[in-house]
Amino acid sequence: MSQTLIKKRFKAHTYQLKQLRDWVRESAGKAGLTDERIEQVVIGVNEACMNIIEHAYNETSGDIIFEVIQAPGEIIFQLTDFAEAVDSSCIKSRELDDIRPGGLGVHFIHEVMDKVEYLSGKNGKGNTIKMIITLT
Amino acid sequence: MECSTRQEGKFMIVTLAGEVDLHYSPEARKQILAQLNDKNHVLVDLSGVEYIDSSGIASLVEGFQLARSKQLEFGLVGVSEAARQVLELARLDKVFQIKATIAEFIDH
Repeated sequence: MSQTLIKKRFKAHTYQLKQLRDWVRESAGKAGLTDERIEQVVIGVNEACMNIIEHAYNETSGDIIFEVIQAPGEIIFQLTDFAEAVDSSCIKSRELDDIRPGGLGVHFIHEVMDKVEYLSGKNGKGNTIKMIITLT
Repeated sequence: MECSTRQEGKFMIVTLAGEVDLHYSPEARKQILAQLNDKNHVLVDLSGVEYIDSSGIASLVEGFQLARSKQLEFGLVGVSEAARQVLELARLDKVFQIKATIAEFIDH
């Protein structure tokens, strides 16, 4: 059976990132992750939220919903926005050998999470990123 | 985030402390690039950094590239565990000059 450990709705603004990281630490701690794993998850969720603020909303205002769901064998960290739907095939990291500022967020998310899924909302509105930690 | 600058030997030391995230990294970027544009060699002290995200790392990369184009020295000093974790994730820990203390850069 799945259980929602936390559900928060907040404005898509950079000043909210610190609060989001605190929610991640709180919920990941409740889920029983180790301190090292929690800090990795914090990095991934923070980067996903940055991408929503910078790219999905692209300086327009909007809300984000953050949820953590404990399911059998996994913990799902999920961010949902209400911006225009993004083509998930366009979401990619830069080559790491190409040293230049930016383009690292997606790489970080995929490095620290066990599985990442992108879902688009109906009628071309909204996006959800599901970042999954597998429990062994 | 706290950001301060001071001179030590030939280097301007830009000290970043606290949480360097997308909300604060534009200030860090501004300080680092301003020192390099004033033709100063720059060391960024990361010993007090509790969290740094990809936007903070991008500011360091931009500093590194600007320093190279101006033939100035640029390095990272006292990298905290939190900062080291993110530099390693970005595979940049071998790209930057990193030393434990400012003295090691000055004596170099």
